[in-house]
Amino acid sequence: MTVLRLASVHAKYTLLETLRVPIAVIGGLVFPALSLLFFVVPQRQVAENPLFATQAVISLSVFAVLANSLFSFGLTIAENREKPWDPYLRTLPAPGISRVLAQVFSTGLLGLASVLPIVILGALLTEATASPDRLLGGLVALALAALPFMFLGIAIGYSMPSKAAIAVVQVLMFGLAFGGGLFLPPQAFPEWLEVFSRVLPSRQAREIVVWAVGGGTVPAWSVIGWAAWTMLSLALALLLFRRDEGRRYR
Amino acid sequence: MTAMTGMGRTGMTALATLDGVTRRYGDITAVDDVSLAIEPGTILGLLGPNGAGKSTVLSLLQGLRRPTVGAVRLFGGDPRDAASRRALGSTPQETALPPTLRVGEVMDFVGRHFPEPLSPAELADEFGLTDLLRRQTGALSGGQRRRLSVALAFVGRPRLVLLDEPTTGLDVDARRTLWQVLRRQHEAGATVVVTSHYLEEIEALAERVVVMGAGRVLADDTLGNVVGRVGLRLVGLRTSDPAAIEALPGILRSDREDDDVLTLSVQDSDAFLVALVRSGLPFADLTVRGATLEEAFLSLTASSRLEPRP
Repeated sequence: MTVLRLASVHAKYTLLETLRVPIAVIGGLVFPALSLLFFVVPQRQVAENPLFATQAVISLSVFAVLANSLFSFGLTIAENREKPWDPYLRTLPAPGISRVLAQVFSTGLLGLASVLPIVILGALLTEATASPDRLLGGLVALALAALPFMFLGIAIGYSMPSKAAIAVVQVLMFGLAFGGGLFLPPQAFPEWLEVFSRVLPSRQAREIVVWAVGGGTVPAWSVIGWAAWTMLSLALALLLFRRDEGRRYR
Repeated sequence: MTAMTGMGRTGMTALATLDGVTRRYGDITAVDDVSLAIEPGTILGLLGPNGAGKSTVLSLLQGLRRPTVGAVRLFGGDPRDAASRRALGSTPQETALPPTLRVGEVMDFVGRHFPEPLSPAELADEFGLTDLLRRQTGALSGGQRRRLSVALAFVGRPRLVLLDEPTTGLDVDARRTLWQVLRRQHEAGATVVVTSHYLEEIEALAERVVVMGAGRVLADDTLGNVVGRVGLRLVGLRTSDPAAIEALPGILRSDREDDDVLTLSVQDSDAFLVALVRSGLPFADLTVRGATLEEAFLSLTASSRLEPRP
């Protein structure tokens, strides 16, 4: 109980801090929407096919959440560790899991908001379609599927300085996005890559959200893989939080 | 050698203890075999130059850092466990406050970590921040931010409060006002550890003084005894042969001014003056006076034969 109560206190004040500088929020909302306008809308054979368009919107939504998670979590945490307020918060009696959950509830929530422009533009400018309950199911699935990205972002933030975090986040983000079939559909992959991509959390997230929106069956490997990534990345984030001593002096 | 008088007082009642603690950063030793027990009810002044290891001792007690060697206990537990820190109050650096949050919000944020916090209104009243509750911390003056930082240490009704340089950058009036609040909080039951390089501050607040230099505890005693034990006298004189005078026996430390004006720290000024006169060396403008705590502590640092890091 205390863990969740403290997590919500930290989440509330992190959101308040962020929302008082609204430009930071707007940036996160605009970038994924622009990707849709540039990469999907002009490709008429995708945009005019309801199935392809829906999957493209889902892929970009997963990409938006992936990018927001890695960037916001990784960079924000790495930067905060270099400021003196974070060490002060660590002297307060809040366990690590509260801090990690607070980041999910605040930064994660803002990341999830970044898919809204994609969904709206996708509905208006392409043939992508989903019923309201499917759409809602898709958002819930997306929130859950994004957990490994958020925990990985947290782990990056706690394991390296912000300048190194930028580089690692970029490599990881594009690797996961391409490898997970978020830019090119996995159906277009050579067979070895299609099989390999099943172990990536981005591919698993894509399949889970595609299933939540489009129905059919969800492949077992995606759910098992997602659960494994979630637990591993959470354990890693908690371990690194506990090991962290702020900035290192040598 | 490391003063171990604190060890004799190590009992079951100590709020926090360091036991043979060494902390290294790479090949720099910030804290070197320090043992310390913080008993309830005192104001303990932790005194030393920059780099003496004061802040590292505090960060070990706060659970921010782990000792390389030795054990740190806080309320009987490991300070790195959140539950051990429930009765601990700390101050953020005043530049650390999140600039977009309001004063009342920061107080509420920190207070919510504790089982029975003071309300922002109560806390603001005690620290004279009532008119500023709605102000964003970014709009506060340096002195106001400092007062808020110190106030945050008390929001959770802590049993042990760690204050790192609490009045740095405050003018004289503001400093005295803050000292009054600290004494009032102490009388209300809080044990306080305060680091400072303002000797006036330690003399005004502390009952027990721990002097640190180059990571070691050089002295750990009552305020009066720390000054008394050093019992230092300062001999001032002008001479055309400073090197020869500095070579006389009994000098702990020598400070030169303009090449021919010397201030010499000596344990026994009478014996030194006899030696000076007998040496036949030239001197003029002789003065002898007692040392202030600052000078006493500088000589303690110097006699540890370890140069304090800048």
